[in-house]
Amino acid sequence: MGRPDGPRDGESTAGTRTDGGVADETAAGDLPDAAAGAASPLARLRRSEFVQSIPFWGPPGLLVLVFVYGAVGWNFLISLTGWQGLGQPEYGDLSLGAYRRLFEDPSFAAAFRNTAVLLLLFTVLSLLLGLALAILIDRDIRFENTIRTVYLLPMSLSFVVTAIFWRWMYNPVDGLINEAIRGVGGAVDAVVFWTAVDFGVADALTQAWISDPRFKLYAIIFALMWQFSGYCMVVYLAGLRAIPTAQYEAARIDGASAVRMYLRVIVPQLRASTMSAAVVLMVFALKAFDFLFVLFGVNPGESADILSVMMYRVAFDRRQWAYGAAIAMVLFAMALSVIGPYLYLQHRRGDL
Amino acid sequence: MTGPVDRRRAALYVVLLAMVAFYLAPLEAGLVTAFKTETGFLRTTPFVPPLGAEQFTVDAWRTAFGRLRQGLLNSVLMAVPATVLSALFGSLAAYGLTNLEWRGQVGVLVLFVAGVFLPYQSVLVPLTQFWSAVDLAGRVPLAVVGGNEGLIQLSITHIAYGVPICTVLFRSYYATLDEEMLEAARLDGASALTVYRRIVLPLSVPIFAVTLIYQFTNIWNDLLFALVLVNDPSNQVVTVALNELQGSFVNQYNLQMAGAFIAALPTLVVYVLFGEQFAKGVAGET
Repeated sequence: MGRPDGPRDGESTAGTRTDGGVADETAAGDLPDAAAGAASPLARLRRSEFVQSIPFWGPPGLLVLVFVYGAVGWNFLISLTGWQGLGQPEYGDLSLGAYRRLFEDPSFAAAFRNTAVLLLLFTVLSLLLGLALAILIDRDIRFENTIRTVYLLPMSLSFVVTAIFWRWMYNPVDGLINEAIRGVGGAVDAVVFWTAVDFGVADALTQAWISDPRFKLYAIIFALMWQFSGYCMVVYLAGLRAIPTAQYEAARIDGASAVRMYLRVIVPQLRASTMSAAVVLMVFALKAFDFLFVLFGVNPGESADILSVMMYRVAFDRRQWAYGAAIAMVLFAMALSVIGPYLYLQHRRGDL
Repeated sequence: MTGPVDRRRAALYVVLLAMVAFYLAPLEAGLVTAFKTETGFLRTTPFVPPLGAEQFTVDAWRTAFGRLRQGLLNSVLMAVPATVLSALFGSLAAYGLTNLEWRGQVGVLVLFVAGVFLPYQSVLVPLTQFWSAVDLAGRVPLAVVGGNEGLIQLSITHIAYGVPICTVLFRSYYATLDEEMLEAARLDGASALTVYRRIVLPLSVPIFAVTLIYQFTNIWNDLLFALVLVNDPSNQVVTVALNELQGSFVNQYNLQMAGAFIAALPTLVVYVLFGEQFAKGVAGET
């Protein structure tokens, strides 16, 4: 908007000045008041628009600047100090020692791997389930609002609350998961019994889900999927509703089967929904600290340790502040690598 | 006449209802367990209601409420001002960055939006440093703080980290406002503040509802900041109190479940009453 107006302003004062914009700018630099007087009212309004907007975004912007960007910068500084124990950090002697230590620490490698697995598996599974639910709901069903409300309900709960529910669900003896498996497995066993071989399906499938290192991480992913797949459903449903009905019709007339229609015509158009939901899910996965902390405290064990828990353990339990800050920087970098490209694409599409 | 279409329709509803059961199962199992005695929840399947009077009790609710009462109160004191102020800041910022046109605002906006995705771990250590350096208790007269400095620190922290998401929610709404109307008011000589107060704010009621509900849920549910910032037990919020409750009564599932429901009650009520607004907040978080 700014550029094209320049020459027009010049034209309106053409009687006194012919070199328009250039003279305007130098004048603005030297004598703001005089320039404001000479420029057209429109230009003055535009200039003051910025000034007038500062009281609105300034104070909240200052909060964000200090608490988000200032704090991350400070965190980086702390990660260079080697600070640990009860004292205060010394900013005189900085080194990358904490980051070197990351590479040699096997528990960091394990936590990093688990974080990556959690991130990918949780995101993909939640998206698939959410998409399936959205497609089912988008078929003019009755009680749509009630069903949607139920599917989204877990997301309104605190991680502390859902972790307590799921510990009970996963209880090896009395939990609902194993009771259900025993029920189904018992039926299978009863059928198989007639072949005179006892496969023991029921006993083989019940597990100590959240204490057995083999299953821990996947049990957590399943519970998180329970909590957040409703969110994906909401995002996908909005995406589906934005697709013109004519396209469904066209696909039907062409004789495409329902599944093929969704794969070929509908799903590709949900790319934007998929992307925004995936970004939010990944950030939730990076924040899954609360859930694990309630279940396991600071020591989930190597098979379920994730970076956000490790950071808390190292910093606030062992007081190795600088090392904790370095792990936090890795988390920050991971978040940045997810949202950086996302924000860039949003910006290019003009959605920002 | 039941054709294949009807059968398919029936199958659709069966799947949808099975998923309803899937999402409600942990809640249902928790709710019935909370009403059982210890022998009750050890002897019965988790989802069946307590069988008979000897298995039924409300003691778990009574004990859990006694343990969480102070935490509930603290959470309200902390979450309500934080919710309102972060929403207000979000509204102001979104107005300044959306409805007032100036060059470079996209750059500032990106800084706000990126804040939505910040992993809180990456600010925890500086945050504790910051608050111990500010030391509210040492500088502000005790009468003002009233022994609640932990809650005040937590509240301010939540306001600061809530600003980005609130700004994003308000911005997507303000972008749909009629630009010509606002422009006309400005050309008539109204200041930016007047336009905000007379036109934009009255139009913002629906988006305020969405943001307040979403933000209240977020702040109420947080554990991490409270864990790190609040040291004084009398300032403990409900999520931390609930975590301690489950840690000290490891095998008393009835007590744990009752506690979980009590702690979740405000957000559950808000969700049941304003589910539509919550869903909009969720969908807008992108």
